[in-house]
Amino acid sequence: MTGAMARELAHLSDEAVVALAARSDEVAFAELYDRYGRVAYGLALRVLRDDALAEDAVQEAFVAIWRGAAHFIPERGKASTWILTLVHRRAVDLVRRENRRRTEPLDDAVLAATEGSAEDLAWLRLERERVQAALRQLPDPQREAIELAYYGGYTQSELAERLGQPLGTVKSRMFAGLSRLHELLDAPKGGTWQTTPFTS
Amino acid sequence: MADDAVHELTAPYALDALDPSEARAYERHLAHCERCQRDLATLAAGAVALAFAAPEADPPAELRGRILVAARAERPNVAPLRPRLSLRSNAARIVAVAATAAAVGLGVWNVVLHDRLSSSHQALRSVAVHGAAGSVLLGGRNEGTLVLTGLATPPAGKTYEAWVIDRGKAKPAGLFGGGKTVVVHLQREVPHGAIVGVTVERAGGAPQPTSAPFITSAKV
Repeated sequence: MTGAMARELAHLSDEAVVALAARSDEVAFAELYDRYGRVAYGLALRVLRDDALAEDAVQEAFVAIWRGAAHFIPERGKASTWILTLVHRRAVDLVRRENRRRTEPLDDAVLAATEGSAEDLAWLRLERERVQAALRQLPDPQREAIELAYYGGYTQSELAERLGQPLGTVKSRMFAGLSRLHELLDAPKGGTWQTTPFTS
Repeated sequence: MADDAVHELTAPYALDALDPSEARAYERHLAHCERCQRDLATLAAGAVALAFAAPEADPPAELRGRILVAARAERPNVAPLRPRLSLRSNAARIVAVAATAAAVGLGVWNVVLHDRLSSSHQALRSVAVHGAAGSVLLGGRNEGTLVLTGLATPPAGKTYEAWVIDRGKAKPAGLFGGGKTVVVHLQREVPHGAIVGVTVERAGGAPQPTSAPFITSAKV
């Protein structure tokens, strides 16, 4: 249940809801959480593999979203990209701080899926399947580089060492993998990027 | 760093795979490099897709409430429309923020707040209590919730009773027991200037307090 007032926001774009949150509208902020909290938590848990740390990462990211909503410029990128970028950054910051990264391959089995309301999750599931299908089309070295970096929280230098490849090769694989992924998913042109300070 | 080398940092930057000093250097470059801004828009969209591919997991229900509390503590009642904030209300606000921050640690509290915040725009204030650790939280329609921590179980045959005490008159507002975290939704409104008190009464409660309250709140 998200309350009657929040539901009135359901027809608004993410960008419009961020604009409301920027005016300290708590209901709008809660709506953003209702839209992206679940993806955010799944992502944070994937990176951190610890419930409590994942919650911390999501909470810190959403507070940063609340704090930074007024500085979000819709012309420069999608709100969902901005939100999930902040979540990912917090998760990576935490995983590096906690030094929780393991050396064995990532194992999805430890993160057994749990059920939520099927209706609410339909879109999310479709999106997940679509991205996973696109990932399977990438050449293995490209997929490995972007997955280890994004989910594993490794820096490019750590990855180069881990993969036994020159840094330049790792960077090229990341570039090619992300470009191809974007192409496969046919994401709309995002315009120019909006800088979010790394340390936020 | 040579310009060509900096351009190559776009993909690792999109994946958050730079160390902090590299990231700062890249951001300085990004601010005036249109090529990198274009590349990053594409590569960041690719990176964010990976977020959606992560395994599905249910966030705990109380996380939502905790985030809303944290956000409010961060920017409480931002008041651009109220230029006449007095010193007193500023002080009250600081107290409320401190109390809210303290309450964030309480698991049960999150559930309470989750319900209230998710369904209303109403202002939430908090006043301190004396005699126990805790606070009284107030919603917009004078609704009050008493949150106490580390309250001993009342003696056998006894109960705690909450009172709303307004202009010298005490009215019963609910019975409750002890516990690590006690959340009491007060059964009557808490008008401005009233206080909330707690006494020990015989099981079943009393129509009027039989002793002075051993827990009292500040005026709300």
